Amino acid sequence: MLEVLASNPPGVFHWLVLSSLLFSIGVYGMLSRRNAIGVLMGVELALNSGALNFVLFNRLLAPATVDGEVMSIFIVTVAAAEAVVGMAIFVLLFKQMKTVDMTQASQMRH
Amino acid sequence: MQNADLSFILRNSWLVPALPLFSFAVVALFARRFSEKAAGVVATASVFGSAVAAGLVARDYFRIFPPGTDGQALVPWSIEWLRYQDRLSITVGVLVDPISVLLMVVVTTVSFLVHLYSTGYMRGERGYGRYFAFLNLFTFSMLGLVVASNILQMYMCWELVGLSSFLLIGFYYSRPAAVAASKKAFIVTRFADLGFFIGIILLGYHGFNLLDGQHPFDFITLSSPASLEKLAGATSGFLGVGLLPLAAVLVFMGAAGKSAMFPLHIWLPDAMEGPTPVSALIHAATMVVAGVYLVARMFGVFAAAGDALLLVAYVGAFTCFFAAVIACTQDDVKRVLAFSTLSQIGYMMFALGVSSAAHPMGYTASMFHLFTHAFFKALLFLGAGAVIHATHTSEIWKMGGLRRKMPLTHATFLVATLSIAGIWPFSGFFSKDEILLSALASGHHGVFAIGLLTAGLTAFYMFRLYFLVFSGFPRDEQAGHAHEAPLVMLIPLVALAILSVLAGWVPFSDFVRFGGGGGFHEEGHALVAALGTVAALLGIGFSWFLYAGKGTRAEALAARFGALHLVVKHKFYIDEIYLFITHKIIFRCIAAPVAWFDRNVVDGGVNLSGWCARVSSRGLTFLQTGQAQAYGAWLVGGSIIVLLVAWAARL
Repeated sequence: MLEVLASNPPGVFHWLVLSSLLFSIGVYGMLSRRNAIGVLMGVELALNSGALNFVLFNRLLAPATVDGEVMSIFIVTVAAAEAVVGMAIFVLLFKQMKTVDMTQASQMRH
Repeated sequence: MQNADLSFILRNSWLVPALPLFSFAVVALFARRFSEKAAGVVATASVFGSAVAAGLVARDYFRIFPPGTDGQALVPWSIEWLRYQDRLSITVGVLVDPISVLLMVVVTTVSFLVHLYSTGYMRGERGYGRYFAFLNLFTFSMLGLVVASNILQMYMCWELVGLSSFLLIGFYYSRPAAVAASKKAFIVTRFADLGFFIGIILLGYHGFNLLDGQHPFDFITLSSPASLEKLAGATSGFLGVGLLPLAAVLVFMGAAGKSAMFPLHIWLPDAMEGPTPVSALIHAATMVVAGVYLVARMFGVFAAAGDALLLVAYVGAFTCFFAAVIACTQDDVKRVLAFSTLSQIGYMMFALGVSSAAHPMGYTASMFHLFTHAFFKALLFLGAGAVIHATHTSEIWKMGGLRRKMPLTHATFLVATLSIAGIWPFSGFFSKDEILLSALASGHHGVFAIGLLTAGLTAFYMFRLYFLVFSGFPRDEQAGHAHEAPLVMLIPLVALAILSVLAGWVPFSDFVRFGGGGGFHEEGHALVAALGTVAALLGIGFSWFLYAGKGTRAEALAARFGALHLVVKHKFYIDEIYLFITHKIIFRCIAAPVAWFDRNVVDGGVNLSGWCARVSSRGLTFLQTGQAQAYGAWLVGGSIIVLLVAWAARL
């Protein structure tokens, strides 16, 4: 795969690989980080991978329009709002538990 | 004949059963709440209307087919009720032919008189309105059965008759005996109806396959010689028995249950737990004659089925004699009358059994006896009701001397007793005479002998009842204070007494006959009439000898035949045999293992599956960590697996 990437001029395939990498890193971060802020950062990475895909496919399928670009702006906005909500939850969590360690927030066991 | 040519009342002959049904709804839903008295009036008036309509139907029918000609079956009104496919649909209709006209008139007349009598008899009882609602339902069911144009409609009303008799027998539902009796009546007749239903299915299934384009359930189809010929060739696939004999025997099983033929007779003597007018209705016009009517209605099938009629004859003759013997020893007015009903229904059954398509005289005789019996048996029960009403007991040894206390009841009761005993010129003489003659003429000498013997027994036990209740002097305080019943109860008694005398003089064979011939024969009449009268007079004389005095001779006789008398008095222990079979054999050997299987295997299987779910879920609880990230890992892992599977499948 690396050979294919190296031997071809930058194109759709490269961008898709970048987007997949971003998404995978984001998911990995979400699942593995113990710090809640780290989890939130993973979410942001996954969102951005989605935004990148929007722009990419807009360019590829309908270059004359800007629907995908508009969508990516929306995603950035939603991500900002989500970050705010997330941060507010973390503040409350910290007030409650004196920590933002995700593994400690496991009251909803069986 | 086109339906448009018929008169208004024939075209609307559905009114006859519909009026009591309508009144049942009105009484049960509204009138009962409004006023108890209104319930009685509405119910009685509706049955009166129905009786008038039935009379008009009879008049117009015999105007089309004057007496002496062959009455064809008409279906002046019918609607399609259930359609399975083009050739298989079930209609609800009104079939008008001589026997249905006869039964319509008899049922409505007797039912009206019973309603009228009940307004007096039931006065002040709790559940007065409920009683009349049930009585209306009962009348409707029987009329629906009588006018049924196909077997399924008949079966439906047949079950309704069973239901309403259950409700009426158990009318005093706070008395355990009444509850037991109503259950017994329902279960026994229901058990018999199982046979009837299987018979219907057999006939319908083969009829559908063999008779193209004709409705296999319609009575008109089932009585046409052409279709019977086609059915007669069929085999049922059950032990190589022909279709028609098997179906006829199964249908007869249902008829025997409703008509209380041995060995399904056990419910009828207990059915007297209901109010006495109900017994009059059950025994005279509705319920028990339904079985006879069913056999008569399907007489074509029975006649084509060969030996099935022999079974009818033998069961009828046996019940006739058997019940008469038991009736001689019973001490309860209503029980004596109940066994006399069994015996008289036995006469009707064997009269049907000894006739055949070629010699259908017994058919006419049977219907004739049904006609006369309805009047004198209703009269006997209503008279007994008046006596019970006056003396507050139904024990005949506590009565006596009521002739002077209740002169009108006594006179009417005597008319009915003479009638059932078969004394000229009362109606029972004529019809019993025809039955005996038909048995003799058809060559069934054994059956004739039983019939003759039973005629003597009938006279004996009926006059035993008469002497003990009405002659001599009161044996009990209550009987001494007896007084005549109110007017509203006396009117039906007098009306029925008049009918009991007149019914015998109807030229019956001109009205009702099967196929072409079938009038009453002339030869042998005098002999049979003489023999019958001698038997009856011997019975009366013997009973006078035993019971007219203080009854000490009877006690001496009973003591002489101690064991035999005891067996007969306990009705040959048939009830005990039934109890032994159901409790000791069926409950213990069949029901108990089935209950064990249900409790341990069926319920156990259900419990096992619940236990499995519980154990496996307990094993999986470690997965519920409460950590959002762990759940996320499961989610992502699962999604990856799904994607991989989808990708692999696409390749």
